[in-house]
Amino acid sequence: MSGTGIGAAVRRKEDRRFITGTGHYTDDITRPGQVFAYFMRSPHAHAKIKTIDAGAAAKMPGVAGVFTGAQYAEDKLGNLICGWTVLSKDGSPMKMAPHAALAAGKANYVGDAVAVVLADTLAQAKDAAEKVVVDYEELPAVVDSMGAAAKGAPLIHESAPNNTSYNWHIGDADSTNAAFRDAKHVTKLEFVNNRLVPNAMEPRAALADYDAASGGLTLWNATQNPHVARLVISAFVGMAPENKLRVIAPDVGGGFGSKIFIYPEEVVCLWAARKLNRAVKWTAERSESFITDAHGRDHVTKARMAFDGDGKITGLKVHTTANLGAYMSTFSSAVPTYLYATLLSGQYEIPHIYCEVDAVYTNTVPVDAYRGAGRPEATFVVERLVEVAARELGTEPAALRQKNFVKKFPYQTSVASLYDAGDYNASLQKALEIHDYKGFSKRKRESERHGKLRGIGFATYIEACGVAPSALVGQLGAGVGLWESAEVRVNPTGSVEVLTGCHQHGQGHETTFAQLVSDRLGLSIDQVNVLHGDTDTVQFGMGTYGSRSGAVGMSAVVKALDKVEAKAKKIAAHLLEAAEGDIVFKDGKFTVAGTDKSAAWAEVALGAYVAHKFPTSEIEPGLKEGAFYDPTNFTFPAGCHICELEIDPETGEATIVGWTAVDDFGTVINPMIVEGQVHGGVAQGVGQALLEHTVYDSKGQLMTGSYMDYAMPRADNLPSFQVGMTTTRCPSNPLGIKGCGEAGAIAAPAAVMNAITNALGTEAIDMPATPATVWATLQKTNKLPRAA
Amino acid sequence: MAANTAAVSLTVNGKSVSVEVDPRTLLVQLLRENLRLTGTHVGCDTSQCGACVVHVNGKATKSCTVLALQLEGADVLTIEGLAAADGPLHPMQEAFRENHGLQCGYCTPGMIMTAVDLVRRKGNDLDDRTIREELEGNICRCTGYHNIVKAIAAGGRAMRGGGATSKAAE
Repeated sequence: MSGTGIGAAVRRKEDRRFITGTGHYTDDITRPGQVFAYFMRSPHAHAKIKTIDAGAAAKMPGVAGVFTGAQYAEDKLGNLICGWTVLSKDGSPMKMAPHAALAAGKANYVGDAVAVVLADTLAQAKDAAEKVVVDYEELPAVVDSMGAAAKGAPLIHESAPNNTSYNWHIGDADSTNAAFRDAKHVTKLEFVNNRLVPNAMEPRAALADYDAASGGLTLWNATQNPHVARLVISAFVGMAPENKLRVIAPDVGGGFGSKIFIYPEEVVCLWAARKLNRAVKWTAERSESFITDAHGRDHVTKARMAFDGDGKITGLKVHTTANLGAYMSTFSSAVPTYLYATLLSGQYEIPHIYCEVDAVYTNTVPVDAYRGAGRPEATFVVERLVEVAARELGTEPAALRQKNFVKKFPYQTSVASLYDAGDYNASLQKALEIHDYKGFSKRKRESERHGKLRGIGFATYIEACGVAPSALVGQLGAGVGLWESAEVRVNPTGSVEVLTGCHQHGQGHETTFAQLVSDRLGLSIDQVNVLHGDTDTVQFGMGTYGSRSGAVGMSAVVKALDKVEAKAKKIAAHLLEAAEGDIVFKDGKFTVAGTDKSAAWAEVALGAYVAHKFPTSEIEPGLKEGAFYDPTNFTFPAGCHICELEIDPETGEATIVGWTAVDDFGTVINPMIVEGQVHGGVAQGVGQALLEHTVYDSKGQLMTGSYMDYAMPRADNLPSFQVGMTTTRCPSNPLGIKGCGEAGAIAAPAAVMNAITNALGTEAIDMPATPATVWATLQKTNKLPRAA
Repeated sequence: MAANTAAVSLTVNGKSVSVEVDPRTLLVQLLRENLRLTGTHVGCDTSQCGACVVHVNGKATKSCTVLALQLEGADVLTIEGLAAADGPLHPMQEAFRENHGLQCGYCTPGMIMTAVDLVRRKGNDLDDRTIREELEGNICRCTGYHNIVKAIAAGGRAMRGGGATSKAAE
């Protein structure tokens, strides 16, 4: 390994621009003559749009135009789509309701855009918006997912009877029912997996420009996958042919899933730019982000786990109602189905599993993937059940887990996933040791002496990353393949550009992808530039989400590097006047085996471009290779997180006093970056469990629409974390990488709630366990400790 | 530009600037739009997130909460003024890089400006509890704060002895 190769905690190449304030996020970019877009949004959760009168607004100073949903419809542009078709139990396809970028006829949630005002300054656009008169006829709204499919509930979309998109299932109902009939013990739980607002710190933004001479449109967009945005906006919306639309995702300030999707605003900015022949810029204000960024989670679940007399799990039965919100966002159908229920076996051998999911529309913000996307929900089901079962059975929670762990690989679960490698007990044991689990009872007594309640909770989670084998996801309904592309361009002086279809928005790819090349070619990472996020530079790619950049994106780079090395060896053979088979490439040097003849990397690179010393009829000049890599399986990161917390019974406040994470991510390229991903993921999971709550009132108004109302985790809500690793290589990709981006958010909610319920001595508490909720629960349980 | 404008003169990163602005212009808008200093970011609309923190007359200030016209004669320091993009870094910037105190980078300028002010107010040796409590006005969604806390503690120690510290705090 060179000093900057695989496994080195290299400091990040991209940091200098961020710490000096010279990054380029979408809102930092301006185009000559640009106008600002201000969206008019429905203040009602469900309302007919009777008329929109923009006459007075159009005459306001600086106004370039006011466009409505009716005009969008007149221009015959297509709808936004959900790109993954899920089938109901009866084989019928999901009911994807039409979703125009500007609503016409009816608005379906508070925040649904109905018109856009364009003006020279944002202030002018806002002033003019005051003069637009939208006449609404308010309709009864469906807010709670549990009543959405009920008889007599208001209907949101004509094309989706009972407000239902699909009733999906997986597993074998009969064998699972039989397992429950024979069970010696059954643990039951009902809970809500709370709706979350993603809150990437950079609000979404779009800047569209139109070049009338070529008819080309350019979109700068805070997105996690520019190529898919271009494809959808071309092929489905019909905004412009793909070759006339360039999408650039510049520096993007966090995504967490919320910037995967194709949203109305970028589509409208492109449309308006062409209509006005001027650049159009829109940047969300935070209160706008709250009511337009796709939300996460929002499951209501009933689950039961069956055990035999020896404490072995024999069955799992789950029913989940998933809230889709008002429209089906880009990947919304996959989240509560294939990204959720296929992980319900957890780290355990569970011979019989059956899960049903009802996905319903409500008059709320659309719900889609948010860090973890389905896998935190699955982990919560399994890990809460196992923990509660251990309490009911009087078993140590670690021991019950160990007894049921999958120990032989590959392991075919009863819900389609094929676990390829892992050592779950190794992570558990290491976590117990790092955490000083044995010392807990002493620490608990100490807390009690101070009038505090102390609890400890585990989550031994599994996730599926590396999305995904294209043919497999195609069978499951995905509209696209989920391979990744790479190109390695060697310059004549030997420096390298790596092009990837992945996109970084905090992950540090400019460093880790360079480390990969450094390791392979013996170059310094400063000689390697990583290019991404521009559809004119990178031909195609599937973007970054689902912890796929390492497992899939880097695998494509490895394939391209293989080709580069193979060609470079041929050229080196000619330069060194040796047989190709005798050329050995190591540490940046080509050597003729058994001799002292060698050529440095840079000599061969130059030789490739000078092309004087090899027959160009056999070997093309230049050194540049591309590759597409399609994964052969999902990857399965797994680990054990332990949360220890202390509750002040007088205030109900839970303070996390210890956090141990031991994860198996397979090969780690940069441990510093990987640990950072764990920290951030855990923080988001702790936020879900203790702080973050998305509350709608009965009329569909979002009550938690700002940082004054929605509790974002702050520095003093969190502890420092103890992070450890175990390693089993992933056998299905060349580097052995499993992925690390989501693990913390997947493990943390269950670990926190297992600790909270351990401290409180009751299971009857939902997330978020805010001080008020914990305090109220304590009053009900009557388990208050004696004050010291 | 609307007819109704007013003039304001101030010093930004050591340079005198005079601009005509719409009276409702916020300091952050003046910096980002008039002066094209886009390192100062906007992450919320309720003065909660701290992505817009700059120093006004040496004190950390949320630039989304101040009208530009309030700053006649003021001395403003932004992240761009802490160190040149291609020159030596301020010790706090270096500490963020060294300790991986940033991921997406969006909250980072505000975090660094807050941190420099924190050292000015509380000294070079900062314990974790103090740092965490003092960061109540800065939100990061990426890092879980673990490495930001480490970075600020290290940056505080590195700022001992003045240099860029005292210059930034002036």
